[in-house]
Amino acid sequence: MKSRAIAIGIFWAALLAVLAWRAPGFFEFANLRDIAVTNAPALIVAMGMTVVIIAGQIDVSVGSQFAVASVLAGTLAKAGVPLPLTALLTAFAGMLFGCLNGALVTALGVPSIVATLAAMAFWRELLRWYTQGAWVQGLPAGFQWMGLGQAQGEFAILTATVLLFAALVRAMRNLQAGRAVYAIGSQRESARLAGIPVNGISFGVFMLLGALTGLAALLDSVRFSEVQSSAGAGLELKAISAVVIGGTSITGGKGNLWGTLLGASVLAVIAPALTFLGINAFWEKAIQGGIILGAIVLERVTSQRRSK
Amino acid sequence: MNLLEARGIEKRYGGVRALKHVSFDLRAGEVHAIVGENGAGKSTLIRILTGAVQADAGTVTLDGQTLLHNSPHRSRQLGIAAIYQQPAIFPDLTVAENIALVNEPGGLLRRIDWQARRATAKELLDAIGADIEPERIAGTLSMPEQQIVEIAKALGGNVRVLILDEPTASLTERETKKLFGIIARLRERGAGIVYISHRLEELSRIADRITVLRDGETIDTRQAAEVDVRTLIRLMAGRDLSAVFPKREVPIGEPVLRVNGLHCAEAGIRNITFEVRAGEILGFAGLVGAGRTQLAETLFGLTPPESGTISIAGQAIEIRKPEDAIRAGIAYVPEDRRRHGIVGELPVRANSTLAILNRIASGPLLQMAAERTLAESWVAKLGVKTDGIDAPANSLSGGNQQKVAIARWIATEPRVLILDEPTQGIDVGAKAECHRIMCDLAEAGLAIVMISSELAEILGMSDRVAVMRGGEITGISGRSEATAESILGMALPA
Repeated sequence: MKSRAIAIGIFWAALLAVLAWRAPGFFEFANLRDIAVTNAPALIVAMGMTVVIIAGQIDVSVGSQFAVASVLAGTLAKAGVPLPLTALLTAFAGMLFGCLNGALVTALGVPSIVATLAAMAFWRELLRWYTQGAWVQGLPAGFQWMGLGQAQGEFAILTATVLLFAALVRAMRNLQAGRAVYAIGSQRESARLAGIPVNGISFGVFMLLGALTGLAALLDSVRFSEVQSSAGAGLELKAISAVVIGGTSITGGKGNLWGTLLGASVLAVIAPALTFLGINAFWEKAIQGGIILGAIVLERVTSQRRSK
Repeated sequence: MNLLEARGIEKRYGGVRALKHVSFDLRAGEVHAIVGENGAGKSTLIRILTGAVQADAGTVTLDGQTLLHNSPHRSRQLGIAAIYQQPAIFPDLTVAENIALVNEPGGLLRRIDWQARRATAKELLDAIGADIEPERIAGTLSMPEQQIVEIAKALGGNVRVLILDEPTASLTERETKKLFGIIARLRERGAGIVYISHRLEELSRIADRITVLRDGETIDTRQAAEVDVRTLIRLMAGRDLSAVFPKREVPIGEPVLRVNGLHCAEAGIRNITFEVRAGEILGFAGLVGAGRTQLAETLFGLTPPESGTISIAGQAIEIRKPEDAIRAGIAYVPEDRRRHGIVGELPVRANSTLAILNRIASGPLLQMAAERTLAESWVAKLGVKTDGIDAPANSLSGGNQQKVAIARWIATEPRVLILDEPTQGIDVGAKAECHRIMCDLAEAGLAIVMISSELAEILGMSDRVAVMRGGEITGISGRSEATAESILGMALPA
């Protein structure tokens, strides 16, 4: 797992070195800030996803949750609900989506991939039916950049992301619940026998991811003057990729948020890097896939060598 | 000439030398038993003979021909068949399909003659006098029936070497007799039988020669008629029994755990009544499937009882889930260490505190310094050999993993400690240490319930012995009265 993160780190450094050489303009503050702000919401979702995956579960419905939450945020704002309350309600809605997944998985024992696949289709289609594909337009002036203006708004988004990240890192390391997440992801039965409320924790991780997704949707929506009903398409793959690239074991029990930060950072720079290097953006997905595959192959090779 | 011969076999798993220059031979028409403690290398040797794993060095010859590039498929074609303790059947296929799968010629596009397939299965089952319908789904058969299907499967391949790994572990006396009959018939046909068993007392009935393995080495091969059970145990342990079972008599106190008329249909246990006193080790003997683990799980709240009472130190308690049991002062170190005992990916530190997280936390936050101090003290106290408390638990050897699992539970400061097969699959040295720890704990006033399938351990460590059969306690006897014979008498079905 460490080796995977190291391999990715090396790749990332190499990519940045090429950029420094061929397109130093990439490192201009404005560009870096843009990349960070654009990708902050996805990082927040990936943070929640890390916790879910460490707990031995997965949630592929985050893209749909994100879309519903985005439209909800826009609709509330348009109806004149003050922004702090909109933020709260959006996060709360996300939490409810997470609770639904959690309930399906823990109370009914549906495998998380199946439960969240169903949720993914359900929320997306519900939204399509409700919006008929229309965007939420005519948002009040106080919505975009949270009424702070672009510079302050961007600063607020980044600050919120950093604070959430720091809080979650601390929680995973120092909270009893954080320890429990690792334990149930690594060896569910052992954890249960040690008196850890396995179902409660599993439920909780979905709830947490939902809330973070709701919040991320809000932070993403405020960047624009209208909300697209197709927001968050492909977000689940992006989040899961960031987690896996960051060295978190897809079968649970191992991993950390720093890895996910690295993974998200790598994914975030690929597309702009291609633009700066003058390569067709068409290659982005292929390169993403290549990185994931490369990271895992490298990890397997090194871990096999170690066990010999 | 020997039918099968293994010379100088070496095998390493990671840093562990599982087999050290092991040699073994088998004559046609002979039953050759292999005995040894868990972890002595028996299963590794079998896996090499059947080609399931490759030896690092050494040769295996069949009829003087060296077996190169052995694989399970190839060894079967040559007539080497193995039957493992856990029948390797395909539970969703029928009996006939199970038998055909290994015996019919290969070819993915070969057309199946269903009628011939059923007929062959019937013939093979009849040949060993088994009354099993070939059309039955194998998963619906009982364990002994599945084992019989395995034997039929082996016979179909025109077996020359049959390897039986603990075949009688779950068989009744009657089924065992039947199995011995089948074995006798096979040896008359000139097949060689490799027989592995923990039931040392049955070896004199069935084996011609006995080879003892210990810590991956061949210790000795003797005529079965010339060795008694005591000698075998001594050879297997490699030291005097008193060194492996350092039992200390400690003052026995008041009753701590009292169980009265416990029933649980889900767990399959009935009318369980017993008590354990402070300082006492109560051994639970019985065959696999007698309900001992199920009893432990009921006491620990995994399968809550339907009726009956449990009391701790005179106080009646209700146990519906593990948290209740932990709160009441019951600790349970389960049998399957890797799946239920330790949490492999977490460090030793986190493993040792997993059951007492709320005690090392102040408010919601875990106190890392407190955790480290605590973990260090357990590692020192129990003599856990590890690269440090931050090493992942699965990097430790089995014996040390077990110590970590025990540490986790002693950390809860229990009044009753239930140990399920506490020394299964760990080497003799670690075993002796685990036994020493048990004695220390008993001396400190814990009431210990020890479930073990190893008679020597039951006899060596228990103050009293309870024997279970079919979900019931069939007898409880004191240390001085309990003998291997009396325990087996109560454990085997009448």
